[in-house]
Amino acid sequence: MSSHATTAEGEAPQFYELVPHHHAPHGSTQIGFWIYLMSDCLIFASLFAIYGVLGGNFAAGPSPEHLFNLQLVAVSTGALLLSSITYGFAMLDMDEGKKTGTLVWLVITGILGAVFLGLTLYEFYHMIHEGAVPQRSAFLSAFFVLVGTHALHVTFGILWLVTLLVQIGAKGLIPANKIRVQCLSMFWHFLDVIWIGVFTVVYLMGMLR
Amino acid sequence: MTNEFWSFIFGRLTWDVLPLHEPIVVITFIVVAIGGLAVLGALTYFKLWGYLWKEWFTSVDHKKIGIMYMVLGLVMLLRGFADALMMRLQQAIAFNGYEGYLNAHHYDQLFSVHGVIMIFFVAMPLITGFMNYVVPLQIGARDVSFPFLNNFSFWMTAGGAVLVMMSLFVGEFAQTGWLAFPPLSGIEHSPASGVDYYIWSLQVAGVGTTLSGVNLIATIIKMRAPGMTMMKMPVFTWTSLCTNVLIVASFPILTAVLTLLALDRYVGTNFFTADFGGSPMMYINLIWIWGHPEVYILILPCFGIFSEVASTFSGKRLFGYTSMVYATVVITVLSYLVWLHHFFTMGSGASVNSFFGITTMIISIPTGAKIFNWLFTMYKGRIRFELPMMWLIAFMLTFTIGGMTGVLLAVPPADFVLHNSLFLVAHFHNVIIGGVLFGIFAGINYWWPKAFGYKLNEFWGKVSFWLWNVGFWLAFGPLYVLGLMGITRRLRTFDDPSLQIWFIIAGIGALVIAGGIGAMLIQFGVSILGKNKEWDTTGDPWNGRTLEWATSSPPPQYNFAFTPVIHDNDAWADMKARNAQRPTKDFMEIHMPRNTGTGVVLAGLSVVLGFALIWYMWWLAILSFVALIGAAIIHTFNYDRDYYIPVEAVADVENERTRLLSGAR
Repeated sequence: MSSHATTAEGEAPQFYELVPHHHAPHGSTQIGFWIYLMSDCLIFASLFAIYGVLGGNFAAGPSPEHLFNLQLVAVSTGALLLSSITYGFAMLDMDEGKKTGTLVWLVITGILGAVFLGLTLYEFYHMIHEGAVPQRSAFLSAFFVLVGTHALHVTFGILWLVTLLVQIGAKGLIPANKIRVQCLSMFWHFLDVIWIGVFTVVYLMGMLR
Repeated sequence: MTNEFWSFIFGRLTWDVLPLHEPIVVITFIVVAIGGLAVLGALTYFKLWGYLWKEWFTSVDHKKIGIMYMVLGLVMLLRGFADALMMRLQQAIAFNGYEGYLNAHHYDQLFSVHGVIMIFFVAMPLITGFMNYVVPLQIGARDVSFPFLNNFSFWMTAGGAVLVMMSLFVGEFAQTGWLAFPPLSGIEHSPASGVDYYIWSLQVAGVGTTLSGVNLIATIIKMRAPGMTMMKMPVFTWTSLCTNVLIVASFPILTAVLTLLALDRYVGTNFFTADFGGSPMMYINLIWIWGHPEVYILILPCFGIFSEVASTFSGKRLFGYTSMVYATVVITVLSYLVWLHHFFTMGSGASVNSFFGITTMIISIPTGAKIFNWLFTMYKGRIRFELPMMWLIAFMLTFTIGGMTGVLLAVPPADFVLHNSLFLVAHFHNVIIGGVLFGIFAGINYWWPKAFGYKLNEFWGKVSFWLWNVGFWLAFGPLYVLGLMGITRRLRTFDDPSLQIWFIIAGIGALVIAGGIGAMLIQFGVSILGKNKEWDTTGDPWNGRTLEWATSSPPPQYNFAFTPVIHDNDAWADMKARNAQRPTKDFMEIHMPRNTGTGVVLAGLSVVLGFALIWYMWWLAILSFVALIGAAIIHTFNYDRDYYIPVEAVADVENERTRLLSGAR
């Protein structure tokens, strides 16, 4: 109704933008990536739901207290949480335009991610060696797929990180690269949050059961 | 040694999987092959490959991608409808001990593939096509937020369709129904390639759908023209926003559940097995948590189309804009709280069933509010009975009846009687044809002049309209009757001869619908090839109310030379009422995204990956997966993704429009 009031006062409204407003480059990228992350979050939600329903179906096979090694998981969790902090340092350096600092912190982040990944794979290897294979029971199927999907995400995160290292090395901290670092940052922290869920629901509650 | 070698190369793909023993499939293959070769030959002869590649396949223009989605949907409609005709014929003749002309193996594939194609490769591409084409225009934008992603999404959807079509001639399709419930879809009961085709075609297409959802949400949130607040958005854009929220919030669940089914089949995990602690009901719950929002994904944009049509052809503002928006949002939320009504018979107890029965019935309230809004929009309006308006009327009559049978099914005790009966089949066809398809037809007739610059032929449009409406009731009325008599769905033969007459009527109805589809194709043909086209030089043939009518028909590549500023709902009606002057000079260069073939490459590799997984060609699966990742990474090294349209080019296009608007031919 306010627009009608404007006409009544005889003020000619502007119907076309004769001077274009400035579009920030990559203006939609962050929200777009955020929405993508939410869709990814729903994949994890489904897997958590599956684990919640089937996680107690051991089919007379091994159960969490026989399988999980909390010390190991504590170390890998520590590595992953630490990698979120180091990623934060990379972001701080990027904001100040320090290319070398950014690269160094990203490399450290990647190494911590690789440590996490290595420990997860070691855990899988260990379990499979003991006969606790995904085919053994619905609990083990749900466990391997939930933790495995997270590990797969970390793998892709590391792949992306390495690609970014090359791109920043080649092109420097140009806006197109900065937005990628920001998106990977969201992805990385997102995986951390998911891991906290996995750690709590699978390992802690599994041991308490 | 040689045997091992060949099975390493081709996995389980052997000559035996070709359906050479099925004369119907062989003849279909011959016809398709001849037709396909003719099309390919014609494209080569007229040297159209370069044009198609440069102007269409690699295009990141949302308008061209929208049209490609529509073409995909219409082509797949013919395939899906052919399946429907075959089923109707089989059911009309398979009585008194006669087995009909389809064996069980073929018939079971037909009803499965019919459902899959109609939902995933007809309805989804058609509504995505509309959203792609119309939303950026309605919000005054030059393209979507992520133009390359848009092209990639389309090709992933097309890639899924390619896999489904492949299953007709190489191997088989699932014989499990369109949702492939385990344990039937497990490896033990369905060891052949059918369910794998099902899984991988939907996974490939699902990636496209999810990313297109992300893209359109970002577009609607970030790219609206100045002044267009959320409550000034056109209703079609609102319904598109809600649909894409539903897509992003439900397709990942489908992805997850199909991945788990694939793991059960390929790796031997125990998610949905009846053994080792697995739970088939978990699959059914999860897939319906996707599946119920899915039907609202399809219907909401059609509600949007009808809202635009109602107000345009009544010459009035939409009645109850705010209530329309809230009704849409309420439906969006409620669609997540009703999934269990698809299996009241699971046995979850009276309390759970009551909850889901009540939530289901509640959905009819916002939907009813919408119907009243459209009626009140027409009330005292200056109604023009053009084709889109006719489809609106037909929709309101048909859909309301479909909605009422839905409320009937929402009552758990009634559902125990009608579950999996032909009554259910009649109900969902009643809402999907009467709602989604009629909405799509209204949209095609409404926006065709915008996309191509001339109106569709009215005579053949009316023929199609009446054949569809009469055919629909002939085809599905009998199914309601049969369902009430207790006949279940998916049956191939019948013992009781008294039922045959109903199936014959339904078959005749399907033939009438075939006439409706034929008339629609003639309508397109006559309109495209006809010499006496109703050319639209104004860009606004219907006296429209929203921004897509503010630009030329077809719109220039950049949509708007000057971004419109919005002061009111129905922005274009407001601009016309207040005599807004289109600027005719001082054009500026326009920043646009560059075309890229990466989408085609990535989707092509995904199809190869899917095919390799279906046939257990592990080396090819690994190779194509690595290539897929590699190609995606290589794409990220391309930083040169945009360019500027020079001022002179913009001025040429706009001056031509000025000339046409002044009445010159």
